[in-house]
Parts: sequence; structure tokens; C-alpha cells
Amino acid sequence: MSNENSILKAEALYKAYRMGVTKVQVLKGVDLAVKKGEFVAIVGASGSGKSTLLHILGGLDRPNKGAVSFEGRDLSKISAGELNRYRNKMVGFVFQFYHLLDELNVLENVYLPTMASKSIAGWLVCRKWAKARARQLLAELGLADRANHKPYQLSGGERQRVAIGRALMNEPKLLLADEPTGNLDSATGNGILDILGKLNRAGQTIVMVTHDERVAQRAERIVTLADGKIRGG
Amino acid sequence: MYKVILALRYLIKRRITYFAVLAVALCVFIVVVVMTIMTGLVGGFKEKNHSFTGDCVVGTDSLVGFAYYEDFAKQLEQADFMQGISPVIKSFALVSPAGTEQNYALEIMGIDPVAHSKATDFGKTLHYRKDDVSEAFKPLYDPNLAGCILGIDLALQRDAKGRYSYEPAPGRIALSVSCFPLTAKGALAKAGAGLVNTQTFYYSDHSHTGLPRVDSRLIYLPFQQAQSLCGMAGPLKRASAIHIKFKPDVKLQAGCQKVALLWQKFKQEKLGQDQAYLFDTVTVQSWKEYRRAFIAAMEKEQTMMTVMFCLVGITTVFIVLVVFYMIISHKSKDIGVLKSIGVSNVNIIQLFAGFAFSVGLLGSAMGTFAGWLFLSKINQIESWLFEHFRFQLWDRTIYAIGDIPNQVEFKVLAAIILSAIVACLAGALIPSLQAARLKPVETLQVSQL
Repeated sequence: MSNENSILKAEALYKAYRMGVTKVQVLKGVDLAVKKGEFVAIVGASGSGKSTLLHILGGLDRPNKGAVSFEGRDLSKISAGELNRYRNKMVGFVFQFYHLLDELNVLENVYLPTMASKSIAGWLVCRKWAKARARQLLAELGLADRANHKPYQLSGGERQRVAIGRALMNEPKLLLADEPTGNLDSATGNGILDILGKLNRAGQTIVMVTHDERVAQRAERIVTLADGKIRGG
Repeated sequence: MYKVILALRYLIKRRITYFAVLAVALCVFIVVVVMTIMTGLVGGFKEKNHSFTGDCVVGTDSLVGFAYYEDFAKQLEQADFMQGISPVIKSFALVSPAGTEQNYALEIMGIDPVAHSKATDFGKTLHYRKDDVSEAFKPLYDPNLAGCILGIDLALQRDAKGRYSYEPAPGRIALSVSCFPLTAKGALAKAGAGLVNTQTFYYSDHSHTGLPRVDSRLIYLPFQQAQSLCGMAGPLKRASAIHIKFKPDVKLQAGCQKVALLWQKFKQEKLGQDQAYLFDTVTVQSWKEYRRAFIAAMEKEQTMMTVMFCLVGITTVFIVLVVFYMIISHKSKDIGVLKSIGVSNVNIIQLFAGFAFSVGLLGSAMGTFAGWLFLSKINQIESWLFEHFRFQLWDRTIYAIGDIPNQVEFKVLAAIILSAIVACLAGALIPSLQAARLKPVETLQVSQL
């Protein structure tokens, strides 16, 4: 596919992990381009490096070789502070196990990314807006009445919807979802995929990692990661 | 803001944190109580030594004393920074209560009570003649007799609570005081003629300085009689020391330096005169230097206590370190999540430093309150323990301690609270750095859950 209009581009990514004395080469030259507004599913067997690729795309990890660029900016050449801002403003992560903070309630979990990007004074200025935005997201995700609940009081599907709300809080240009239905039953998982589909139709760029072909079918483009390289798509 | 919220939530919601808070509170409680008592005891002891000595002493340890003290006293009187000057005789004597075969080796101090009350707080230590110090050596029962003032422990008994049983008037007690008079060269002045000078004095008052060694071993005698007894009343009169009090606005070191300069000048003037060689052993010392042998022991105890509590502080650091290590181990997922939403390493450190600060502040507040409460009741608690179990922290029949000092000093308290918070921050430092170094990829992996 053409790399023009790509919001995200990965070129010749290599990544290896050391497991004891053994060096495991996970990515062996991955090339991937994602256009703005696209919904891409990355499929592959367990241990094929899907999550590793997603973490590199989201700036949570660095490749041993190769480059990731977002809107034309090479992530390997930006400072640590800029990389933090990239993760805060440009990317939203949805994890398989939701990863909500137990000490915060649902509303606080959702507006956490906004709060994390502000100083105390900055937060005091924008907190009304942030809380309203978080409540609006929760309402859109069908969790309006759960705002003051703690994560442990929610079902798996509800927790994942809160995680999606948190990922969308700062209106990121890119949503990265790592097995978002992997820990949910089929019906609940479909509900989450419906939400992702709806977001994509509204213009949200999404990269989703899954091992489940049926889940991947909900994306508009499927790429397969096998033997450390992208095949197809 | 999230750092404040999360730090407080970790503090409230994680039960293991309570152990860290309790450890800090317990340490602060112990340190506040012990340091307050020790600081009170040492401070009180120093103050009593200051009251007993005056500000400065020009004197010698030699039993021979030094000559020309009157000339030097006159020079001192003319100095504008002087408030009181008191020449004294110091020596040892064998003291026998009349009508008994017993005798006691005691220290004697010959003084002019009025001059000595100007140079020291001597007058305030008296019981019967407190309001008329000039009459201190005149027994109430017969003012014509030669009086002596006894250290209070020589005159009165203390009960188990440390209280003296005062009589409305001093009892008629005659004491035979014998001294070995010495020549200016240090030889026995009455060799071959009985060796000793003896005179009988009558108990006229007692002195309560609060210094056990003084109150149990010292007798004050009138200056001239003491001088005669010690052989210092020859044609060239001698004294052992001159106690000095400076005017209130004169700083101790500055005053002592001025006296030392005057003394050097005086020595030069008297160079080559009869008995001028006695000046060689004379020193000019501040009250702190003069009573150093006694104060240093207390200060050493205080230093040892401080060192011991530094070790307690290290234990606190270790407890906090362990607790934080456990908390951070359990919170690695949170750290991964925070990093995934763009929180920096520095902010992660600040989050856990804020958490440690909260633990230190809360623990200090609890420990301080408990310490203050305990100290405010410590004397009642001790009285209750004594009444019911005969237990005393200090046996009042042995130690010259009234109430246990319980005045919390703001400076000491601030230092303790600050140290506790610093200890918590130090304890949290390594786990916080470890948290900051955590890679989100590792903490958010499915295999880590």
C-alpha cells in the first residue's frame, strides 16, 4: 500500500529479547503503515510479537533497529519528554486486562490522562472541563451511572469500556488496542468491538492486536505477523 | 494533582502503609519523650552550674591559692562590664559534729555572702536567710555565734519523693571544722605544732543548689575565718578564686576575654613581686569551662542518646524501605499504566516521594501528639507508679531531681519531625528509583499479572 497519508509508519523494525542465555528475535524487519482513520487489525499466533509491535508503535518500547514515525516525526529522535507527551496526547492504549487503577473511581480513571498532563494549577483551571468530558465519555460508553464506582465493582466488559474511555480522554489521534476482547466473553467482546467500530466510523484511527481471526474481521484491514514479519494486508 | 491524590489514596487504602506510619510514630514518640527528658535534665543541670558558678572564674586548683587578689578585684570593680565580684577560699576540711567521734571530709568555701550573691545565685539557694543574705552566717538562735551554711543534703533528709522536711528554724548544731593550713610554698604551715587549725561553727542555714555533689559535700564559711583556717590570712593574703558576674548585656565569651586581658596585664604589673609565682596556676575560665568536668559527663550521655536514636532512625529507614519495596512491587502495574499515559520517571519518583512524605508527616504527627500527651502526664504517671508499685524512674533519695523535665522544646521537636520525614524519604528513595526504572512493557505484560 502507499505510504502517503500515513499517520503511523514502521520501517524495518527489529526487536530481540534475552531469555536467560537465549536471545529471542521477535521482530525481524517489520514494515507497517497506517493511514489516518484506518482500523487495522494485527493478527498472529501467541508469542509472534504482536504486543511487542504495538508497544513499539505506542512509544512504550524501543526497537533494536528500524524506525517508527508518527505524522512524519521519528519517535527514536524525540526527547524523553516529547515521548511522554506523545503517549499522553497522541496515543490511547487499551489493554487486555484493562489496567485500571484500583485506588481511583471510574470517573477518576477516565480523566487520569488529562490530570497527568497538568500541573496542580493547570488542573484546577481545567478540572471542570475534564470532569465533564469524562462524564460525557462514560455516558457514550453506557457507564453514566457507574462514575463513582470502584473498578472492582464493575464487570469485565464495563472495566474495558472504562479503559476505552481513559484511552479517548485526551482525544488521541491513534488508539492502540492490545487484545481488547481477550479477557471477555463473546457477547461482551462484541460490545467492545462495536464501540471500536463506532469510534472508527467517527474518524478514529485504530490499531488492534488480536489472535482471534473473528475479532480481526471487524477491522477494515488485517495484517498478519508471522516469523517476525508482516505478511499480507 | 494525580500525584497528591494517588499518594493519599495509597496512604489510606494500603494497610501495609499503616505499619510504616506506626513505625514512624513509635520512633518519633520515643525520641520526643527521651530527648525532651534528656534535654531538660542537661539544660537544667547546666543552668544550676551557671547559677552556682557565676559567669567567669579567675582561680587556681592549688590549695595554696594566689596573692594580690584584692588588688585584682579592685581593678575588676572598675571595669564597666562587671555586675558582681566575689573572692572565695576553697579547700578541704575534716568536720566533726560536736559531741560525736565522727568526722567527715568535706569541701569548704569561704565567702562574703553579699558579694557572692551578686556574683552567683548563692542567695537564692538559702532557706532561712534568703531575704537577708548579709545575715546568712548569723544563726537565728544566737546571731553572735559563728555560723556556717551547709549543703542541704548535709542538713536535711529527703523522703522517697525527693522532698525535704524543712524545720521552721535551724537546729542548734555545732560543727568542729579542721583544716591543714599551708604556706605559699605549699608546706604545712603548722608543722610540729598540731598541724591543723580548728574552729567551731554553728549551723545557720542550708544551701540548695540542685547540684548533688555540692549539696552533699560543701560547707560555706565566712570568708575571713576560712582564710585563717587555710593559712591564707598572712601578711600577704591569698584567695583561691574570684567569681565574676557580667552585666546582662555582656556576652559570655567577650566578657571572659576582657577579664583574661585584664589578668594578663595585672600579672605583668606584679611580675617579680613576692609570691607572684603563684599566678602561674591561675586561669581565667567561663562557667562552662570551669564546670566542664561535670557538664561534659551529662553532655556525653546526651550525645550517646542521640547516637542511639540515630540508630533507631536507621531502623525506621529500613522499615520504610521494606514497606515501600513491598508496595511498589504490588504497584508495578500502576506504574506501567501511568507511564503508558505519559507520566515521566521524575513524576513517578515524585509520586512515591510524596507518598513517603505523607507517611513521615502522619507518623510524626501521631508520634508527636502521643509524646506530648505522655510528657504532659509523665509526672502524674510516675507518682501513680510510685504509689502503687514503688517504681521511680530516678530514685529521689539518690538523685537530686524534682519533677521529670517535660517541657517540649520547639527546636528539638522540629528537628525530630524533620528527621522522621527525611528518614521516610531516604527509605523510599531506592524503591522509588526502582519504580521509575520499571519498563511499562514488562509490568503490563500478561505474564506479569
